[in-house]
Amino acid sequence: MIAFKLAIRNLFGAGLRTFLNVLILSISYVVIILLNGFYQGWGEQARTDSVKWAYGQGQLWHASYDPYDAFTLTDAHGAIPESLNDAVNEGSVAPILLAPATVYPEGRIKSILLKGISINQKAIALPSDLMIATGDEIPAMMGTRMAKSMNAQLGDFILVRWRDANGTFDAVEIRIAAIFNTPMPPVDAGQIWIPLKSMQEMLRLDGEATMIISGDESIINADLSDWKFQTLPALLSDINELIEMKKVGGSIMYLILLALALLAVFDTQILSIFRRQKEIGTIIAMGMTRKQVIAIFTVEGAMHAILAIFLGALYGIPLLVSMRKNGFAMPEYADDFGVPIADTIFPAFSLALILGTILLVTITTTIVSYIPARKISKMNPNDAIRGKIQ
Amino acid sequence: MNNKTIITINNLAKRFPIGGGEFTALKNINLKFEAGEFAGLVGPSGSGKTTMLNIIGSLDNPSDGDVTLLGTSIKKINPKRASSLRKHHIGFIFQTYNLMPVYTVYENVEFPLLLLKKSAAERRKAVLDALEWVGLMDKIKSKPKQLSGGESQRVAIARAMVKRPELVLADEPTANLDKENSYHILDTMVKLNKELNTTFLFATHDDKVIKYLNRIIRLEDGKVVADDIIKK
Repeated sequence: MIAFKLAIRNLFGAGLRTFLNVLILSISYVVIILLNGFYQGWGEQARTDSVKWAYGQGQLWHASYDPYDAFTLTDAHGAIPESLNDAVNEGSVAPILLAPATVYPEGRIKSILLKGISINQKAIALPSDLMIATGDEIPAMMGTRMAKSMNAQLGDFILVRWRDANGTFDAVEIRIAAIFNTPMPPVDAGQIWIPLKSMQEMLRLDGEATMIISGDESIINADLSDWKFQTLPALLSDINELIEMKKVGGSIMYLILLALALLAVFDTQILSIFRRQKEIGTIIAMGMTRKQVIAIFTVEGAMHAILAIFLGALYGIPLLVSMRKNGFAMPEYADDFGVPIADTIFPAFSLALILGTILLVTITTTIVSYIPARKISKMNPNDAIRGKIQ
Repeated sequence: MNNKTIITINNLAKRFPIGGGEFTALKNINLKFEAGEFAGLVGPSGSGKTTMLNIIGSLDNPSDGDVTLLGTSIKKINPKRASSLRKHHIGFIFQTYNLMPVYTVYENVEFPLLLLKKSAAERRKAVLDALEWVGLMDKIKSKPKQLSGGESQRVAIARAMVKRPELVLADEPTANLDKENSYHILDTMVKLNKELNTTFLFATHDDKVIKYLNRIIRLEDGKVVADDIIKK
């Protein structure tokens, strides 16, 4: 208790020196919480968007389908299980048929993935119901990234060339009936969506699909003959790994900041011990034990971290609340990161994150304060009283 | 004067390692101090005054012989007991005042009472009494850097006296003070010695201090060469 009382007195007595250390530690708190909150918010959004736009509540993949091997697409298709007919008709599952194709926008050649999806599906957020034919043409839709890369506008006709199930090349002009905006590059970049029926006819694969997305885990939750069930956690594992990787990269920045703050505290403690050696010698002469003196210096250092919590809260809470409300606007090139990134990321600050950060900074500050304070135990009080220790 | 013996020094010797050899700072010292004495260890620099004061104050250990302070052997004392002895029974006054720069005058004087875990009310009364003894009631809220040398040393005296110790050890207390301040300080200490029967032991070579002493112990090269009681 006495160490605490004296440490408080010393800290407030030290004025500006204390304030500067507390300020830099408070910045560490806020930045660590902000960066982690950003990654947490990004992760949550990415997972939510992935479920909403691409994964649904799980998927059935044809046994031959391998998303990392484009060559499997030729054989990766099979008849949609009859047990799912009702769900398909209701739109609670979305059968999708995939095929590699080529488009010729403005006289250029571009390889794409052509995807057929049932237009009545409600399993994912793709606006497939916008693919409405106005005549004999095949209505198509694409994301804004794809439209931009092809310089395509709504209503444009695009020539598509593909090979059917027999290996025969064919071509047709499709009309862009919808351009949608999605935070999910995996359902946008390099692909064009058309109605499943048209796709099945083009490939001569009536009633077949490559994968079936479930909008409700009670409908599909296990393997079905030639179809392998992919659980949602398995589908999200890639995204989780990617976000963890980005998080590790980002943590380097706040580790540097934390190291700088701790260095400031360490430096102050070292300076204090040499600058205040007369004081240390004197209080030992007055009857304080070395352990008590070490405790004062350690508590003094740790108190920096405690005071930083209050200072950080003073400006950090309004800042974090504003960030939570308004989010971080992400630059356009963020699409190149290869992971789902929304236009605006809203950081998420959990209690565990805030308490964890406070605990991390307080413990490391206490350790950093204790290390130089141990030097006191080696001081000769007679030399310290005279300021003779170098 | 109370005749209780508070310090007994028997065959005290102190040696310090220097280079490959040893330097003998004190040799074969035998002394006794009674409660209420106003005594001084007098001698040139290097004669062993401060070393002896440090051993008596349990800040250092004897190489040979022993010092018994208030019935406790300094040679056998452990660090915790030594801290307790200093905390309860000894006040220190240093040449350079050694006040805590970030504390006010009040807080500096209050410090020894915090170590003794006195209540806030007890502390307040004792601090105000001590500051009144040294005539610094008007400087309660000042910081040490706002004080003159004389005022700083008076704060140091108040800090040493606030817990009413049996023994005050003062190492060259007037060395940094002018004549007027030195006499003021010494008058204050004499007053406290008489009023509270506190034993004062000085290490000094200042003639101004020597004039006030009731007992002068002269040291040369670590040995006692004279021990004179001064009748006043």
